Amino acid sequence: MPEAASARRPARAFAGAAAVAVALALLPILAGAMGDAWVRGLCFAALYVMLALGLNIVVGFAGLLDLGYIAFYAVGAYVYALLASPHLTEHFPALARAFPGGLHMPIWAVLPLGAGLAAAFGILLGAPVLKLRGDYLAIVTLGFGEIIRIFLNNLNAPLNFTNGPAGITLIEPVHIAGLDLSHSTTVLGLRVSSVLMYYYLLVALAVLAIVVCLRLQDSRLGRAWMAIREDEIAARTMGINVRNVKLLAFSLGASFGGIAGGMFAAFQGFVSPESFSLMESIIVLSMIVLGGLGHVPGVVLGAVMLAMLPEALRHTAVPVQQWLFGRVVIDAEVLRMLLYGLATVGIMLYRPRGLWPAPRHGVVAAVTPDRPAAAAGASHG
Amino acid sequence: MDTLLQQLLNGLVLGSLYALIALGYTMVYGVLNLINFAHGDVLMVGALAALSAIGYLHGAWPGLPGWSLLILGILAAIPVCVALSLLIERIAYRPLRHAPRLAPLITAIGVSILIQTFAMLVWGRNYLTFPQLLPEAPMHIGGATLTVTKAVVIVLAALIMAGLLWLVNRTRLGRAMRATAENPRVASLMGVSPDSVIAVTFAIGAALAAVAGVMIESTYSVAHFYMGFIPGLKAFTAAVLGGIGNIAGAMVGGIVLGLIESLGAGYIGDLTGGVFGSNYQDVFAFIVLCGVLILRPSGLLGERVADRA
Amino acid sequence: MPVPRRALWTVSLLLLALAACKPSSQDAASQQPVIKIGSAAPLTGEIAHLGKDNENGVRMAIDEINAAGGIKLGDKTYRLEMVGEDDKADPREGTLAAQKLVDEGVIAVVGHLNSGTSIPASRIYAEANVVQVSPSTTRASYTLQGFKTTYRVVANDNQQGSVLADFAANSMKVKRVAIVDDRTPYGQGLADVFESVAKDKGLDVIGREFTTNKANDFNAILTKIRASKPDLVMFAGMDATSAPLARQMRELGLKVPLLSGDGSCDPGFIRIAGDAADALTCSIAGQALEKMSKGEDFSKRYQAKFGSPPQQYSPYSYDATFAIVDAIKRAGKPDRVAVVEAMHGTRFEGLTGHIEFDEHGDLKNGTISMYNVRDGKLNYLSTSN
Repeated sequence: MPEAASARRPARAFAGAAAVAVALALLPILAGAMGDAWVRGLCFAALYVMLALGLNIVVGFAGLLDLGYIAFYAVGAYVYALLASPHLTEHFPALARAFPGGLHMPIWAVLPLGAGLAAAFGILLGAPVLKLRGDYLAIVTLGFGEIIRIFLNNLNAPLNFTNGPAGITLIEPVHIAGLDLSHSTTVLGLRVSSVLMYYYLLVALAVLAIVVCLRLQDSRLGRAWMAIREDEIAARTMGINVRNVKLLAFSLGASFGGIAGGMFAAFQGFVSPESFSLMESIIVLSMIVLGGLGHVPGVVLGAVMLAMLPEALRHTAVPVQQWLFGRVVIDAEVLRMLLYGLATVGIMLYRPRGLWPAPRHGVVAAVTPDRPAAAAGASHG
Repeated sequence: MDTLLQQLLNGLVLGSLYALIALGYTMVYGVLNLINFAHGDVLMVGALAALSAIGYLHGAWPGLPGWSLLILGILAAIPVCVALSLLIERIAYRPLRHAPRLAPLITAIGVSILIQTFAMLVWGRNYLTFPQLLPEAPMHIGGATLTVTKAVVIVLAALIMAGLLWLVNRTRLGRAMRATAENPRVASLMGVSPDSVIAVTFAIGAALAAVAGVMIESTYSVAHFYMGFIPGLKAFTAAVLGGIGNIAGAMVGGIVLGLIESLGAGYIGDLTGGVFGSNYQDVFAFIVLCGVLILRPSGLLGERVADRA
Repeated sequence: MPVPRRALWTVSLLLLALAACKPSSQDAASQQPVIKIGSAAPLTGEIAHLGKDNENGVRMAIDEINAAGGIKLGDKTYRLEMVGEDDKADPREGTLAAQKLVDEGVIAVVGHLNSGTSIPASRIYAEANVVQVSPSTTRASYTLQGFKTTYRVVANDNQQGSVLADFAANSMKVKRVAIVDDRTPYGQGLADVFESVAKDKGLDVIGREFTTNKANDFNAILTKIRASKPDLVMFAGMDATSAPLARQMRELGLKVPLLSGDGSCDPGFIRIAGDAADALTCSIAGQALEKMSKGEDFSKRYQAKFGSPPQQYSPYSYDATFAIVDAIKRAGKPDRVAVVEAMHGTRFEGLTGHIEFDEHGDLKNGTISMYNVRDGKLNYLSTSN
């Protein structure tokens, strides 16, 4: 049992954690030597880690297939965009009068707001669909994600809330202790670029998300989720309030998305409905499926792998094909989609519990064969 | 008044197409309890295959009349779709028949992506033009216009649906399908081979998708690798609307959805005083779906799914 | 869990190794000092053919300048080098590509192709003092962000929408107009400008309908439009959408002209719309290649160099490169900040016309050309300005 192991060897667990922390701190310096673009890629990876962890709560812990998860990301992003950009004051004179200096809500005030609103949407989505079976739930959540995107794309008339397809620009960057994260700064004589600062902030948030997830997993709520996932009727019999537990799964998962969304808006300085398509929801789902559904380290692995995949492909797809065939047979974009498809199908057929699955409860992993056919009717693990 | 008639006709055409696709979804769901996300993409492959076939035939025998090319195109698309569908069933769904619910669903999404990628590689990313095979001059029916192609869609869909109802309710094969949908284990005791029935179900669904695909590209004159996904989703919505697993339900659901979309896009602006316009037409399908699932989860005509504990 | 941890290490090492294999851009053997100019365009994805075309325009300009001896600044002669990045027409990838170009030390960038990519990337260039000249971004807000580094060498959507409305009112002499847009940044922007200018000119906007860039069934909205009896349907969007729309207009008996912007003004529209194509009147931001005085020459040289004809915006990326080089020469040194200062005063006769910028970085007097379709081909009508 993980807890027992770390209780016996606290020093070792602490050393492990410290080693990871140091590696994470040094990673961007290494990557930065090859260009800030890699650090920027790592920043996006951190955002995806947060998204994957949030979706993991809904799909992995509670077993509720959500295909519209990106809607919560969108909500968080737009909340920050609206409260920290000139858009609202430009289009609503009443607000311009109320806030003569413009709307500049700091990120620390907006993030909880974004998380809260996303959570509210999570409950809004969850409440009507509590009784639906897995497949129906998938379609309804997909529809919900699309509805949110279409509304964001069109709420620019008669009142211009979201600026429609054009999106919202000139979003304020994050300010910490007077430091503007979108401009580089000097610390002890060394130039610290803006992406580097954002990296540390995003990774810190991602680590926080990981810690929260690990705590949730071992809490009563986490156990309740897993009980529902395995057998809803039995869980109800044991006295678990299935309705509330499911709603909590939706809302907590959504709040992760909301926070990630807010950070995304601040980081990129621009949001538009294009970034919140169905494909994005599917990509986040692929991340958790690839890594290991329900297992936090696996989910992080899956997120990082698939987030860095386009970069890796960009560097290898063309040269390798040139070397093998003398020309580019499949362009990198198509190759990326091909790999997503193959990865999803391959994992489900051959390693359905993901690349890094959770250890089976009370069963030594090596003994039980890991094939889906053999595990007929058995738990997800 | 002719506007209303026109919108109704538009909705009927759209609905017929949705119904054809929905039938494939509903039959597969009836026997396997699986949303075959890849169904829309099977449709797309059939459509593109038909386009290639028609191009080839027209090049080889330029004298062939348009309607014959259309029929030949459909005949070319059907085996392609059936083969693809059976392949998917064999490779991706059969191994997961006893896996937890999430697995085949996720696999289906992956298969959908794979098929789209395959189509991109074979036919490229650009929009391809489908030639006008049937006479273009529109017919006038009481102030509304209807092209020959659209009329063919409505009539063909109606014929196919009638044929399917006959097949399912009056033939031995149909009885076997209904038995397997009801309870595969007991059906096998009665001499029905569930695997064969499932294969036949996929095949019929795929054939319908082929027809739907060719009719879609014929009506709108374009074909490309992404053309199947969204109609597929909407058709699934239609199937759920009518009652999943219920064949008549899929037909009714398809037509109703087509009408809702058409009338909605046409009248939503007037109804809401301009606040919501046709820019929200895509959400109708989803709002209807959510509404149906919350208020009447078994759909308009009641669902028929396998009895699984 | 020994196996997954091994997998984790292998994967991360592999990724880092791959990253390290990034080809070095050091010019070890070259004696001549180098000035790097960046090109950002979608080299993969749906509009890869247009993105590649943009990049080719830059490449052609740079090769020409190098062949003529490079740039002489003071007593040093510099060779130009192009650094090309793929932005995949995606906002996020666009920012990654922008960051890469900035890291590479480019003096200025020609790019990106679409507004959805140019706008987020512009922030990165602005922060790094890298001039960004777009050959094809038409969205007005691109140059209105308050950055000193955003420029474009094509007319923007405000100009295009105005000219379309003016043409409808004065040349086509229509009164009742229905507008449809595809809810993309490009379509919505163009339609909004058209609507407001059309109203100013006294046209009757009898309806505003919407679709998406992935839709192919417009019967419902066209039926609604038909009921209001318009003289003209204006559609803002791309050819893949406007061509089926044209067909369906004909099928529904809506026999009025279809007015559209540069998204529809290409052979792709004619191919897909077939017999319905001659309903189209459309605009192109700038001049068609055949009308430019040196256009045919450019076309021949492009074909000889790249083996295929120019697509759409390569003349503009070509001119954008020359504009940057002009600014570098006036700045006197290959320094980003100096080039930012000098860029504003750019003034020369380029391939596409007179290149001069207003205070926002927009092209002064950007021309718009009007076309219609005759005998299955685009037929030139007139030019504004």
